[in-house]
Amino acid sequence: MAKKSKNKRRDFLQLSTVTLGAVGTAAFIWPFLKSMSPAEDTLAAGSTEVDISAIEEGQSITIKWRGKPVFIKKRTKDEIDAAKMVQASDLRDPQDDADRVQKEEWLVLVGVCTHLGCVPLGQKVSDMKGEYDGWYCPCHGSHYDTSGRIRKGPAPKNLDVPPYTFLNDNTIKIG
Amino acid sequence: MDKNRKVHQFKNPVLNWIEFRLPIISYFKKEYGDYPMPKNCNYFWSFGALATITLVTMIVSGIFLAMNYTPHTDMAFDSVERIMRDVNYGWLMRYIHSNGAAFFFIIVYIHIVRAMYFGSYKYPRELNWILGVFIFLLMMATSFLGYTLPWGQMSYWGATVITNLFSAIPFIGEGLKTWLLGDYNVGNATLNRFFALHYVLPFVIFGVVGLHVAAVHVHGSNNPDGIDIKTNNDSVNFFPYMLIKDTVAMCAFGVAISAVIFFGPNLMAEVDNYIPADPLVTPAHIVPNWYLAPFYAILRAVPDKLGGVLLMFGAIVILFVLPWLDRSKVRSCNYRPIYKWFMMGFFVNFFALGYVGMLPAEGLYLLIARVGLLYYFGFFFIITPFVGWIEKPNKLPLSISDVYAKNIAPDIGGGEKGIPSPAMQKDTNL
Repeated sequence: MAKKSKNKRRDFLQLSTVTLGAVGTAAFIWPFLKSMSPAEDTLAAGSTEVDISAIEEGQSITIKWRGKPVFIKKRTKDEIDAAKMVQASDLRDPQDDADRVQKEEWLVLVGVCTHLGCVPLGQKVSDMKGEYDGWYCPCHGSHYDTSGRIRKGPAPKNLDVPPYTFLNDNTIKIG
Repeated sequence: MDKNRKVHQFKNPVLNWIEFRLPIISYFKKEYGDYPMPKNCNYFWSFGALATITLVTMIVSGIFLAMNYTPHTDMAFDSVERIMRDVNYGWLMRYIHSNGAAFFFIIVYIHIVRAMYFGSYKYPRELNWILGVFIFLLMMATSFLGYTLPWGQMSYWGATVITNLFSAIPFIGEGLKTWLLGDYNVGNATLNRFFALHYVLPFVIFGVVGLHVAAVHVHGSNNPDGIDIKTNNDSVNFFPYMLIKDTVAMCAFGVAISAVIFFGPNLMAEVDNYIPADPLVTPAHIVPNWYLAPFYAILRAVPDKLGGVLLMFGAIVILFVLPWLDRSKVRSCNYRPIYKWFMMGFFVNFFALGYVGMLPAEGLYLLIARVGLLYYFGFFFIITPFVGWIEKPNKLPLSISDVYAKNIAPDIGGGEKGIPSPAMQKDTNL
């Protein structure tokens, strides 16, 4: 009996030592892992205000927001109609055009392909715009439509819509 | 410590003093002096030594480059240009380092081809093979990190595409990617940590190479006939025979790499990487370094993000289990009449994948990539186990010296099986 209880005590000591050691090591590793996450100043990267009064219909500009390109496009009537015609249920990432814009002539997108992060072509008149007349990613061949939705190619999701507000008719605040 | 330990005695008292405290001299004598190499090893067996030399060259040239490099997004590109133009012999350091990386992969690919064709991965060298695949993985990681440092367009967009691979992982992908980058896109935090990791990983590789070499020395090197050393007549000492042979190989390698460094230093470089990184413009064609292109081709051959990423990593991970997929006990493909051709087909296929990996993923190229992908995985999962099962291997020679007895006995005379000719006898008391 005495021997058994002694063993139990030893087991307990061993287990608690190992457990405490493991917890201690994990607690020690955490700050190192966490130091690799974006720093506070990176997180604090602010918002950008854009003057959109000079953008003509059918024209599109690229601005930089948090290090990423953001596309702001004033869509033509045809482009809006084309975007509205599509049944959301037919899409890989189903979303109605109305859910992607605040004012239907203004389309604001993060210009980063959701496949592997390239910047899609389609901002310049001379660019390839893909089979759906929106944007085309040259890296691995993803096609986006006039609402920035994925239609063909390897990308899994639509182009992101960043948070933005219209400060007035001529100014958008992104972020 | 055992008081009765036998200490090797040398004539030189200084060596004896060291040997008594750290038996390093007898260790080197055993592992690199008297170490028996199969005497039929051909020049394919020099590529391990060449790879080691290249690793050391990369570490040395890299340390000197780091003395003049600045890991900051605003200064990295200019600091590399300064190395090229203003630093004394900076151009030489950089061209040695960039072309050295390419040659490192050429050598390691030949080393892997050797191991696959002659069955070096089989019993009892499986762990050796696993360590080798691990080194290959570390090399790919290191070369990717290093390619980011010059901060040109290809550096930036290569880093973007590769780190985005992690975002394909369900649920944790985006968070993992952000954690790896230290930002929401490739930026200064990314460049800093890539530099730190690029500096440290080669030393990790060096350590694993040490294990890799130690492991091969336990059971000795494989050979073109894939049979074990049975008697002293089957082997020669590493010193001087194999050392001399490796030295000849090294001279040939030196000529080849010098030709590229001095006469075509940018043959394997991408023009776009001489344009400073621009986060708003993606180059029309993003291409990886050619030595990673076969895996890139696999990634693009799959029309699904997660599927492509899984198959690309799977193509490397599958190598780990090759020793257990191959059911045949015969090591060398020289004695495997069917598998030999599938094996050669695998090498050709890998080359073809690399070729289309450098071209746009459309039309015929995409088709070739998809066929290549099927053959790549079919080779491992179907052909290798199945052929090992049905194939009747050719008759193996009784011993390594037996190979020579048959081939050259008439010329030197007396080379009957089991009775070694005087020419082949080696002094075992060297």
